[in-house]
Amino acid sequence: MPAPLFQASHLRKRYGDTTVVDDLSFEIAPGECLGVIGPNGAGKTTTIRMCLGLTTPDGGHIEALGGLRMPQDARAIKAQLGVVSQFDSLDPDFSCAENLIVYARYFGIGQRAMAPQVPRLLEFAALSHKADAKPGDLSGGMRRRLSLARALVNDPKLLMLDEPTTGLDPQARHLMWERLQRLLQEGKSILLTTHFMDEAERLCSRLLVLDHGRKIAEGRPRDLIAQHLEPHVVEVYGNNANGSAQALAESPLKELAARVETSGETTFFYTQDARPLLDALTQRDGLRTFHRPANLEDLFLKLTGRQIREDG
Amino acid sequence: MSAVQASASDSSLPSVWRPPQLTWRWWPVFLRNLLVWKKLALPSLIGNIAEPLIWLVAFGYGMGTLVGQVNVNGQAVPYILFLASGSICMSAMNAASFEALYSAFSRMHVQKTWDGIMNAPVGLDDVVLAEMLWAGFKAIFTTTAILGVMLILNISHSPKLIVAWLVLVGAGVTFSCIALIFNALAKGYDFFTYYFTLFMTPMMFLSGVFFPLEQLPGVVQAVARWLPLANAVALVRPLFMDQWPAHWLQHLAVLVAYALVAFWLALALTRKRFAK
Repeated sequence: MPAPLFQASHLRKRYGDTTVVDDLSFEIAPGECLGVIGPNGAGKTTTIRMCLGLTTPDGGHIEALGGLRMPQDARAIKAQLGVVSQFDSLDPDFSCAENLIVYARYFGIGQRAMAPQVPRLLEFAALSHKADAKPGDLSGGMRRRLSLARALVNDPKLLMLDEPTTGLDPQARHLMWERLQRLLQEGKSILLTTHFMDEAERLCSRLLVLDHGRKIAEGRPRDLIAQHLEPHVVEVYGNNANGSAQALAESPLKELAARVETSGETTFFYTQDARPLLDALTQRDGLRTFHRPANLEDLFLKLTGRQIREDG
Repeated sequence: MSAVQASASDSSLPSVWRPPQLTWRWWPVFLRNLLVWKKLALPSLIGNIAEPLIWLVAFGYGMGTLVGQVNVNGQAVPYILFLASGSICMSAMNAASFEALYSAFSRMHVQKTWDGIMNAPVGLDDVVLAEMLWAGFKAIFTTTAILGVMLILNISHSPKLIVAWLVLVGAGVTFSCIALIFNALAKGYDFFTYYFTLFMTPMMFLSGVFFPLEQLPGVVQAVARWLPLANAVALVRPLFMDQWPAHWLQHLAVLVAYALVAFWLALALTRKRFAK
């Protein structure tokens, strides 16, 4: 295994009495995409801020790019990093092309060196036709892609992307995924936080599941699912004639599943073999069933619970 | 201060009071502001210069005919000269303050421009320095233009105006440092209203811009002499009258002290704001 590109060890951060990040360690290998998933308030953004030297950890240390330390060597590390933050910070007064040129100067790259790169970056962001448009005239997806292009002005080794596709429509999201996959093929490494499990499954070679600032699982998406879940899920939407979802969960049907959960009017049966359960369900009228393989979302909900987190 | 340092060293976090870490990376940030401003320079020029000139013409020529001459250090000077030399200091103060409050706050808080910049290898200290110098530059730009108009109006043509210009540059920087303290503390634009009505407006009337300080009661005068604007006026007015200011070293020292302490305080408070 090659030496890690980025290594965080035993990170800890408290705000007042709340521990936001608690003994968190992880590594990013060259060329890999590490996904960080977790409910609101799990500590994802604080972790990224510590990785960028914007927040000083209360404990632990961060080493990157061959012996550089954060926050002491913040500038040297950031010279080789590309960042897309959760909220766009594009310059509204500059055109797309000017945004790239102005941002490159912060890396010590002058206009003369940057200007020839601009068409290539705009092409990468599928914004060639918008070179002279200002961010305010762009759609949400275009703005996110411009942010991504801006993060590439210094040809970084490692990209840190904080929820890069939040708020985008499916077309814009797919285009973003396609571009991120292209960057991975070029050999770049990515640290990505996301709320979208399909995004995490599609892009990430490895996942870190955070909750309450702690790492509660780590591994390849498929391995995590196999390790924590039964392979089949049968979702059953009840109706009044059959009683509540809870009643269904407690019926003899539960013997045909390894694990049963309810959420609102839906019953989730997790099982090694769905056939007997599906047969038994056809005996009951007025039920709609949906049989699918277990996915990352099931894993996420199993590990972090179904309750809403609205304080993050 | 010692209490703050002690508590900071306890937790091993770097103190917000640590010395500024400044590098040449402030320049691309300054340049960014310059490029945005270039797009809006003409309307900005008119806005920055029209108001002070309206004041000057209305009060200088209007009030001037009523007041006639004003006594400065035992010498009678036309009111228009008295007012021009005071109000140009006020213009430097206003230009720097507006930029370091409303515009800097937009970039820092609303547009998140600072956050974007700090994801690149540019530290917060350099960003604050760039904003301070940028607001200072806005003051230079405004006062230079007003000085030009004053020359055309033949209010003063002393060669010492070059020195007055340098003092105004320094005053712009001083007020930009002070304003950045309030930028660091602001939750929203409304906060700046307090700064303008509770600090800048009283200071305008207590600094000898419109009438000589000697008109004020002794106690008020004693306080007023330590105000930054009063010290700027005390330096600039004699230069407009083609004289070297008395106690120039003291006035200069007061301005420099304000600038240094205010910049350090602004930097510490801004670091605190961003250390989340």
